Amino acid sequence: MVKVKVNDIEVDAGPKDNCILAARKAGVEIPHYCWHESLSVVASCRMCLVEVGETKPDGTIAMGPKLVPGCQTPIKDGTVIRTDSPKVKAAQQMTLELLLLNHPLDCSICDQAGECYLQDYTYKYGKAHSRLDEPKLQRMDKYHIGDQIALFTDRCVMCTRCVRFTREISGTAELQVVARGSHEEIDVFPEEPCNNKLAGNVVDLCPVGALCSKDFLYKKRVWWLKQAESVCTGCSTGCSISIDQNENKVYRLRPRPNPEAQGHFMCDEGRFGFKYIHDERRLSTPRLSVALASGIESQRKTTSANFAPDLNFADLWPTALTKARQKIQDAIKADPSSFVAVFSPFMTVEEAYLLAKFIKGIHDKARLVLGPVPSVGVDDKYPKGPKGESPADGNVKFTIRAEKCPNRLGVEAVLKHFEGSVVRIESIAQRPNAHAWYIVGGYTSGWVTEAIDKAIGTPSLLIVQDIFPSPLSERADIVLASGSFAERDGTYVNHAGLAQSASAAVRAPGEARADGRILMELAGRTGLFNAMALRKEIGAAIPELSVLGSGDLGDQGVRLVRFAKQATAAAT
Amino acid sequence: MSNKKTKTVKWGEEPKLGMLDALYLPAIVSGLATAVRHAVSGKPTTRQYPEVEPEIPPNYRGVHRLNRDEQGRVKCVACYMCQTACPANCIEIIAAPAPKEDPHWTDRDKYPATFTIDELRCIYCGMCEEACPVDAIELTSVYDLTGLTRKEMIFDKEKLLSVFDETVKTGKDPVRTNRGTLGPASEEAPSGRQGPPPPGRGKHG
Repeated sequence: MVKVKVNDIEVDAGPKDNCILAARKAGVEIPHYCWHESLSVVASCRMCLVEVGETKPDGTIAMGPKLVPGCQTPIKDGTVIRTDSPKVKAAQQMTLELLLLNHPLDCSICDQAGECYLQDYTYKYGKAHSRLDEPKLQRMDKYHIGDQIALFTDRCVMCTRCVRFTREISGTAELQVVARGSHEEIDVFPEEPCNNKLAGNVVDLCPVGALCSKDFLYKKRVWWLKQAESVCTGCSTGCSISIDQNENKVYRLRPRPNPEAQGHFMCDEGRFGFKYIHDERRLSTPRLSVALASGIESQRKTTSANFAPDLNFADLWPTALTKARQKIQDAIKADPSSFVAVFSPFMTVEEAYLLAKFIKGIHDKARLVLGPVPSVGVDDKYPKGPKGESPADGNVKFTIRAEKCPNRLGVEAVLKHFEGSVVRIESIAQRPNAHAWYIVGGYTSGWVTEAIDKAIGTPSLLIVQDIFPSPLSERADIVLASGSFAERDGTYVNHAGLAQSASAAVRAPGEARADGRILMELAGRTGLFNAMALRKEIGAAIPELSVLGSGDLGDQGVRLVRFAKQATAAAT
Repeated sequence: MSNKKTKTVKWGEEPKLGMLDALYLPAIVSGLATAVRHAVSGKPTTRQYPEVEPEIPPNYRGVHRLNRDEQGRVKCVACYMCQTACPANCIEIIAAPAPKEDPHWTDRDKYPATFTIDELRCIYCGMCEEACPVDAIELTSVYDLTGLTRKEMIFDKEKLLSVFDETVKTGKDPVRTNRGTLGPASEEAPSGRQGPPPPGRGKHG
């Protein structure tokens, strides 16, 4: 710890902090464009110029003769930083005026308006108007920068964050600065667009509206988006994200900085992979088969040969869930060991706990198994070398994991507690010896392989809780339409044992419900689904998940005890 | 400045009622006199609407119009400012990238694919007009707004543009905005010097 003084506020800063970080700890903002915590320092934008001095042994303060860039200036004990002197203010005004020389004031059509650092800093530190009498330089927009990226060239402030990102984080180095002076532009080599798997991050990195996401372009003004803090469910890295939604529609996912999980970035697979949640094919109502629905009046028309007409609105879910509960209890009481509940690695810890406790509460011999764990290829590590090779182990800055589900470890911890060991569905597929199944899906795409389909066959009871229709849901006795990741509250445990809480951003389509709510009612528990209360219960009940006992996991999540020990052992 | 302000404000005082005024009789008599005078004068004050249409002041806030630029394109750049400012939530825009393959649209980036105003929900406050950075939306002095269904009163882009065409034809342009000139966002930067410096510009801004 070193003691520094920022605008007369004494603060303890880290020994490796620069002036911007030290000032941030004192609650003082030093405006900056080119500097980013996870990129190298170039000090080229000159926005963070501050006055820096030191405290002499006799207590007097000697300020430096000229302004220095805060991002590049290290601190030591007794460093004095001033960000509010007339000299600093004049420098900030001048820098902004120069940045705005050729910046078109097309905020009204710019997607960044509302979250633009040029707007914010001009408002806070700049001048009200321009003194430029000459025409502004106009440059062609470049829609060829990447499949997902468009460059509005004349909005660029040449901070080169994007260039440094492709060189240092993705290692693919597609972007570069061409030409010199005021003709500098960001560009790619001809026929070599920026299409690496992390390319979407340059849009987030861009402090102005120069790099825009084609996917989000002109879809929504950002001030209407409401954020929900969640976790990406694309792979077991479990990137912290914020889900940006408006009127129940998700428009984009953005990474939320979390040094514990992934750092500042996320991959394009996760970033653009949320579209399935608005797919029209999603299951939107619970259904009962014809046999089960006999005797229940309905006013709706049927759409499928297997299923009874949709139930009346008011008793839709209560009917389906009461039937389901009754059928499960009957099946387990008849022959407990032939009842199998299949858990999906897309379930949250809370949901897995609710279902496991309910099933085991009826009879201890009922079986719980883990559904298929999707895996594609091998872990994809960045930064890539010049020939596309993976980096050495110590240099990895971002990993897209092969395991394409968010919560295998969390569900396994629950299964281990209730079942004793984790049984995979693949291992019992040959001889399942089961007549009744409760199957939880929630996978992003079709997951029912031929082997699983055959193993389940046509049992006497088949209940499917899923988001997409599958061969299983087509012949199920009861289908419970459930929620995607954006509709769930809960906890996910990532590959490194980091438990993070996610909150729901939107409502499920139609009459579908988030899994937690379904299971709460199915288990006959009273009250509403409350992830925090359940976490406290789980923390007390399952020793491996004891860290959940606090209920609130914070922004960055907490590590399971077993993994925290490993992490400290590795560090020492 | 503050001195000048205080001088321009006139504070009114309630007149004190005398004995006679407190009786109210003089007021009743003078009122009756006015009524009798009008009854016998033979000059009708009734407006013969709709046979005779009234003169509406040009700053009246009536039906909206969407302006066209010099090339006849919709002037709106779909910035959503009016939708954001609207206190009645009656404006709905869906933006889209401008059709760049059309040679008329090469200098535009964003345009409104749809632009609808619910004229029944609108409270005619004029905030949309205030918010518009390119003077694309204006309230006209057209006041006789009728329709047989609610749906008919939800004006789309074509309808709003046709209000523009109609008001231009009949010379009922609103007076508030600088009509005829493009706002800064839809304008290509002029090659020569720009207009006069903004007011209040000091030596160093």
